[in-house]
Amino acid sequence: MLKKFDKKDEESGGGSNPFQHLEKSAVLQEARVFNETPINPRKCAHILTKILYLINQGEHLGTTEATEAFFAMTKLFQSNDPTLRRMCYLTIKEMSCIAEDVIIVTSSLTKDMTGKEDNYRGPAVRALCQITDSTMLQAIERYMKQAIVDKVPSVSSSALVSSLHLLKCSFDVVKRWVNEAQEAASSDNIMVQYHALGLLYHVRKNDRLAVSKMISKFTRHGLKSPFAYCMIIRVASKQLEEEDGSRDSPLFDFIESCLRNKHEMVVYEAASAIVNLPGCGAKELAPAVSVLQLFCSSPKAALRYAAVRTLNKVAMKHPSAVTACNLDLENLVTDSNRSIATLAITTLLKTGSESSIDRLMKQISSFMSEISDEFKVVVVQAISALCQKYPRKHTILMNFLFTMLREEGGFEYKRAIVDCIISIIEENSESKETGLSHLCEFIEDCEFTVLATRILHLLGQEGPKTNNPSKYIRFIYNRVVLEHEEVRAGAVSALAKFGAQNEEMLPSILVLLKRCVMDDDNEVRDRATFYLNVLEQKQKALNAGYILNGLTVSIPGLERALQQYTLEPSEKPFDLKSVPLATTPVVEQRTESTPITAVKQPEKVAATRQEIFQEQLAAVPEFHGLGPLFKSSPEPVALTESETEYVIRCTKHTFTDHMVFQFDCTNTLNDQTLENITVQMEPTESYEVLCYVPARSLPYNQPGTCYTLVALPKEDPTAVACTFSCMMKFTVKDCDPTTGETDDEGYEDEYVLEDLEVTVADHIQKVMKLNFEAAWDEVGDEFEKEETFTLSTIKTLEEAVGNIVKFLGMHPCERSDKVPDNKNTHTLLLAGVFRGGHDILVRSRLLLLDTVTMQVTARSSEELPVDVILASVG
Amino acid sequence: MVVRAFRTESMFISLQEPSLYTVKAILILDNDGDRLFAKYYDDTYPSVKEQKAFEKNIFNKTHRTDSEIALLEGLTVVYKSSIDLYFYVIGSSYENELMLMAVLNCLFDSLSQMLRKNVEKRALLENMEGLFLAVDEIVDGGVILESDPQQVVHRVALRGEDVPLTEQTVSQVLQSAKEQIKWSLLR
Repeated sequence: MLKKFDKKDEESGGGSNPFQHLEKSAVLQEARVFNETPINPRKCAHILTKILYLINQGEHLGTTEATEAFFAMTKLFQSNDPTLRRMCYLTIKEMSCIAEDVIIVTSSLTKDMTGKEDNYRGPAVRALCQITDSTMLQAIERYMKQAIVDKVPSVSSSALVSSLHLLKCSFDVVKRWVNEAQEAASSDNIMVQYHALGLLYHVRKNDRLAVSKMISKFTRHGLKSPFAYCMIIRVASKQLEEEDGSRDSPLFDFIESCLRNKHEMVVYEAASAIVNLPGCGAKELAPAVSVLQLFCSSPKAALRYAAVRTLNKVAMKHPSAVTACNLDLENLVTDSNRSIATLAITTLLKTGSESSIDRLMKQISSFMSEISDEFKVVVVQAISALCQKYPRKHTILMNFLFTMLREEGGFEYKRAIVDCIISIIEENSESKETGLSHLCEFIEDCEFTVLATRILHLLGQEGPKTNNPSKYIRFIYNRVVLEHEEVRAGAVSALAKFGAQNEEMLPSILVLLKRCVMDDDNEVRDRATFYLNVLEQKQKALNAGYILNGLTVSIPGLERALQQYTLEPSEKPFDLKSVPLATTPVVEQRTESTPITAVKQPEKVAATRQEIFQEQLAAVPEFHGLGPLFKSSPEPVALTESETEYVIRCTKHTFTDHMVFQFDCTNTLNDQTLENITVQMEPTESYEVLCYVPARSLPYNQPGTCYTLVALPKEDPTAVACTFSCMMKFTVKDCDPTTGETDDEGYEDEYVLEDLEVTVADHIQKVMKLNFEAAWDEVGDEFEKEETFTLSTIKTLEEAVGNIVKFLGMHPCERSDKVPDNKNTHTLLLAGVFRGGHDILVRSRLLLLDTVTMQVTARSSEELPVDVILASVG
Repeated sequence: MVVRAFRTESMFISLQEPSLYTVKAILILDNDGDRLFAKYYDDTYPSVKEQKAFEKNIFNKTHRTDSEIALLEGLTVVYKSSIDLYFYVIGSSYENELMLMAVLNCLFDSLSQMLRKNVEKRALLENMEGLFLAVDEIVDGGVILESDPQQVVHRVALRGEDVPLTEQTVSQVLQSAKEQIKWSLLR
């Protein structure tokens, strides 16, 4: 005893941590004292503290040493010292997953849990549940049920929370305790009520009806605990969201009533729940916004933070709902908590007027270095939104972005800035030159490969079109000299693009590329050699096809086709046209609501869909010899109303000379089975129905598929647009809905479906041409045709552009689908591939007077696609 | 780390499951940013290395300001300092900030009472067992167990032996003397 104190005094005399120089082995050695009788509670408790401290510091205990110490510790249950006993519980919990055979303390803990000492019982329950597995749980089930309804709050809470932990491994046992939990939920103690409610929800969460009942019960009777209120608000808002229901639901009324609760915690929870509900309008938001407004002037930083953060969320979708708070937000701009100030400013940027931008930007740049990356990204997002809203403010916002770009920051932050700058450049051609030169400076010292390659790609695309392209070369070539291989490869591609578009620069580019041929890296060398050879041919068509516009086929499709080709060697050379095209990447639609940081989904899903169809169709013998599948219509068309006896949806598959219509049928009558189903089709044009592939049988609610194969018109190949009248023919057999037995006898029946349209778009696959002009030159004017039309029903250019894109099913290039404001002429550039694999390009000049006049020029490597386009437009 | 936090943000927004698991971690650091106490309740930071890195980051971002709340690595951090101690309670960025604040206040007030308002490093280290027990009563596996400091102090119920001699009552002195004699006789 004395000795220990001496030691302690010595250490604390040094003025520092008495636990600082603890040695694991020495402490475990000390644990031998546990075996001495009589037990010295104070000393033992101190040793346990030391062990816990070591574990807490992240010291690793081996299984053997932990088990040894654990067994020694079990002796300490002989002492009745309360602190020592409590430290034992803690040690048991900490060691439950390190030491072996921890279950030997079960009986001691069970004894404490049911004993007289209230201060032991709660912690004992928690320790016991920590070491119990699902097989042993049965043995203590009786005690747990008693503990849940125990009148001592700490025991009841401990039992409820432990049950919640146990749900993960022993759901079936714990769910038998709901009656007890139900009883505990009406407890007067606020924590017990909260824990009981939580347990009840976790047990019932997969049963919507039970959850509804639970909510209505508790909301009716009211709760005592603010924590329980928060929980029930969350449950209610989740339920509301799943119902995606009306705002006049009692659940919404309940949440709204919580805005008047006397606890701030509950009020905030309710306000935040309302704000996060999808599809809330200004009317529903108003009461929530006004309580948040009150919180803005709270003396508590956490409350101000919570309020302004939630208001910021509201401002993203409903800036007008927050304008009322502008004054309160202004007061927070100078808040000493920088997080609050940043959120206030970014919210104001969204809600305020154009005139306040300069002031706010100045304010925020004064403490930009003090805030964390998370908030910097928030600022960039706000700027990005501003740029879309106030195009005139580009210069000041751009300058701000460049300053930020030069400062320290993590990848997410820098990426957000680069994304924002790129979108400004794309939207606004005046800022292009300054933007590009700042980005050039940025890649001079950029540690993020992804960003460097992305900027190099952008330079390759935009740089050659500027007035003075040569100034970018130095920056790009510096990358080749200084960076690692991924960036070098990107730089080589960018150089080649300059060479392909500028004849004066070509000789110097060739010199630079020749140097890259010596590179250490395979990819860089390959690219340099390839581009060098293409450029040396000095043919525009080659440049366009191989440098400026890349492959348009789907990469997995190409891989499969090549593999197939190597497996079945043939005399014919490999035909790239037989490879399915890549379904066009989704156009980068940047609406205001999507944050820049949202991860873009790869478009692999779409590619696999077409592959699935291809495999399904290949399995049908009637369709052999149709060649590769060219295109499947993206969305199935419904040929019936949704609530009818039979539900039929059609997907159109286009082949080189044929089309296959796939009908997915569902029978919604449970007293009928359909057999031998076909869909008879009557074309208006000279399409020819070749055969029907019936679905054999269609029992209740099991989907089936039948097909119709048609040949494309031969005499007049331009008449591709066509309407088919459809009629489903089948044999009906009545069946018993309960047993599923069908009658042997059936009768023929028919069912009229809605007409099916085949349009030009079904014959054209969208492709993206990065450089339309190059592609236009590559195709050449051999099959060029031009015609002028008047679109008498269309009143605006936007509408015309939208209609043309949709009608032709082609891809708008170079952002030509965006019509600049206040102009009455516009040129729309469209690219696609016609069935059979011929590129088709359309340039459509639009003139708006009272109505829209359109001059269409179409080019292709074949005559037919051009005729089809012009015939269909007319 | 940051990347993951951002990704969950966009996914999580409508899928947030109501849950009692509120607290991700409780930390107490000293004025050099070294760990005095740390309890992580989920596997956001599975290894000691990641935990220490997070603690370092948190300390660098917070120790100069007393602004009570921050968003770091996609997590909400509420904090409080006292002399040479820094207390942190950490939860998801979707958690009700006031709930986390309730935990922090409860922890701080309980300790303040147990340490007789003397919330500083040395006093805390001399009462480590009290700290362990108090935290155990406040949060269990991430669930808030108790938010009332009075209740916590009552349940921790440290025996009075640590009280300096001058503050002990006569009966307490007698009691402990009796104990000592009893033990010496038994020996």
